[in-house]
Amino acid sequence: MSRGSRMLGSDAILRALELEGVDVAFGIPGGAILPTYDAFARGTSVRHVLARHEQGAGHMAEGYARASGKVGVAIATSGPGATNLVTPIADAWMDSTPLVCITGQVRSSLIGTDAFQEIDATGITMPIVKHSWLVQDVEELPAVLKAAFHVARTGRQGPVLVDVARDVQEAEFEFAYPDDVDLPGWRPPQKVHPRQVREAARAIAEAQRPIVYAGGGVLNADACEELRNLVDSAHLPAVVTLMGKGCLPDSHPLNYGPPGMHGSKYANWALNKADLVIAVGSRFDDRVTGKLSAFAPGAKVIHFDIDAAEVGKIRHADIPVVGPLKLALAQLAEEVRAVAADGRAARDPWLRQLEDWRAQFPFRYARSDGQLKPQTAVEALRDLAGDRDDIIWTTGVGQHQMWAMQYLVCDRPRSFITSGGLGTMGYGLPAAIGAKAARPDATVVCIDGDGCFQMTCQELATAALERLPIVAVVINNGWLGMVRQWQEMFYDERFAQTHLTHAVPDYAQLAEAYGCAGFTVEHEAELEDAFSAAFTAGRSAVVDVRCDPEEKVFPMIPSGAAAVDILETSDPERV
Amino acid sequence: MSAHTISVRLENKPGALARVSQLFSRRGYNIQSLAVGPTEHSDISRLTLRVDCSEHSLEQIEKQMHKLVNVLRVTELRPEEAVERELALFTVNVATDKRAELVALSQVAGARVADIGRDAITFEFVGRPDEVEAFEELVRPYGVRELVRTGRVGLRRPSAGGRTSPSVQV
Repeated sequence: MSRGSRMLGSDAILRALELEGVDVAFGIPGGAILPTYDAFARGTSVRHVLARHEQGAGHMAEGYARASGKVGVAIATSGPGATNLVTPIADAWMDSTPLVCITGQVRSSLIGTDAFQEIDATGITMPIVKHSWLVQDVEELPAVLKAAFHVARTGRQGPVLVDVARDVQEAEFEFAYPDDVDLPGWRPPQKVHPRQVREAARAIAEAQRPIVYAGGGVLNADACEELRNLVDSAHLPAVVTLMGKGCLPDSHPLNYGPPGMHGSKYANWALNKADLVIAVGSRFDDRVTGKLSAFAPGAKVIHFDIDAAEVGKIRHADIPVVGPLKLALAQLAEEVRAVAADGRAARDPWLRQLEDWRAQFPFRYARSDGQLKPQTAVEALRDLAGDRDDIIWTTGVGQHQMWAMQYLVCDRPRSFITSGGLGTMGYGLPAAIGAKAARPDATVVCIDGDGCFQMTCQELATAALERLPIVAVVINNGWLGMVRQWQEMFYDERFAQTHLTHAVPDYAQLAEAYGCAGFTVEHEAELEDAFSAAFTAGRSAVVDVRCDPEEKVFPMIPSGAAAVDILETSDPERV
Repeated sequence: MSAHTISVRLENKPGALARVSQLFSRRGYNIQSLAVGPTEHSDISRLTLRVDCSEHSLEQIEKQMHKLVNVLRVTELRPEEAVERELALFTVNVATDKRAELVALSQVAGARVADIGRDAITFEFVGRPDEVEAFEELVRPYGVRELVRTGRVGLRRPSAGGRTSPSVQV
């Protein structure tokens, strides 16, 4: 129990953040949270980054959490402040990002009266948080904050909300921070069942065509080294999802990259033809499986997950292993060493087959003389960043995100930060700012779309004024590109409400207006110079890359189709 | 789809009930009945919930319930292993000349008279849900003016053996 002196509730919030090891919090002040901002003015070791919109603050906290592995903190006022946080909370919920959101609430005496800026924040967020608390008694505040951080970071990680009435922030009390939490109903699994692990090892030893299917859970569990040891020692090929990118080095020879709707043909075929799928921290998302009945039809499934509710949710698990992945994978590698040494030779034909497919169907696109292809821009960024030690990529959602997934090479954990489950356009820029706050020495590059960028570009002000220099590369095709692609392919080219234009806004001028450097690229030959200048600008920079508006993302599994029927181009004759 | 009775021990905290019921509503399932009240521990409530849903959904919902911070234990009460009871109040129209007949009938059926008015009687009836329905059929010809049921509450039978164990092993 950490004892302090008498203090206000608002000061207690900051003491709790300090004791939880929070070094940066992201937010915007407002009426109901004002007392807590007054506590910031009285002094704290927590750096506050002032966002321009609470959604930005929330995504910054997410970017911070994903880059650092620590809990992200976002602070907002009541009413619209809280509702603006709803999208980041939902995003963190879908992608299991640990987040503590602290919102001000109107005075206890006004709660329930439709007071100015009053909204039922715990009610609105109930389906998208692990837990939430409405604090109306200052004596409860330390235990609630202790519990909030504990719940956000243990078990399957995710967001929590603490809604603090204004009078609680203003009340004086004797502050003592508890050492332990008192949560009898919160018991995330701590161990794995040894029998299940042994069975998994046996299944791996017997498999002719095994494939590891690794997801974001590996990163959250800090189990990347354990995964790599398993893959190496058992010589297991792996596919890695969008959310898992970086958990196994992309350049590892047994990493067959992303499966799913815009994954490679070879990764999808690997899952389809496998006789054993070893799911690790992945959840059989519909964007990965395609038509479920045709997904890995001949495979037995081992499912490793910290969350029992994920096991068997979409696909029956023949061998469920519930528990912390770090522990489970370490134990599995041990068991595999004991039983699976012989299986390796029997798997050679399978590994040769995968190599053949990889050679036959690489990610590819047709270059064109007249038009700058978006993939070329991503490849140029990849090549330019190749010699940088610490690089973090973030993305928005859509075509550019898929090209980033396909063409970037991420060899380190926590180097690729994206919005997967919720698919939140506008995530990339604020997430990059948050990542930069977490790892100031890293080069942080947001690969964004023009549609996405315009949803949160006001945060350029945050990047400029908080001295968190990032590079935003706008893959500007002048359209809501992914929607346009669907309209072209599935709606007979009726392009309803998707044309944004290349020219409005002028992104370079917009960048300058926000105190950032701005560059415009219209030809392939200008890419390298513009990117180099942006990387060395000494301040945040925006590179507007004006690309071919008609370029589409391939391969593609049409919605509802079997993953094995993946299209390589929009013209099936050319496959 | 089939009907299931779920028994949940949960912390007696604001919002706990909403968090549980929301797991059903987000999937479009309608809760048929729900009874909640204190247990042997004043800070712990027990909730008995009756819902029509698929076996697979129920398994998912139970696992999700286990993850709720306020939920301590989730058990499915299978009919053969559980004691289930319900309390119902019926206000039945009755003319003065039929009063004696109705009271006699209700006593045979095991109901108690809770209140007598000029032209109506309120009965209380405790029993298994099917017995409540049978009693309703019995008094319906007289004209049921108002009716309220608590929804079923249940406990695992000690005679079914073993300790009450969670239906989902985590």
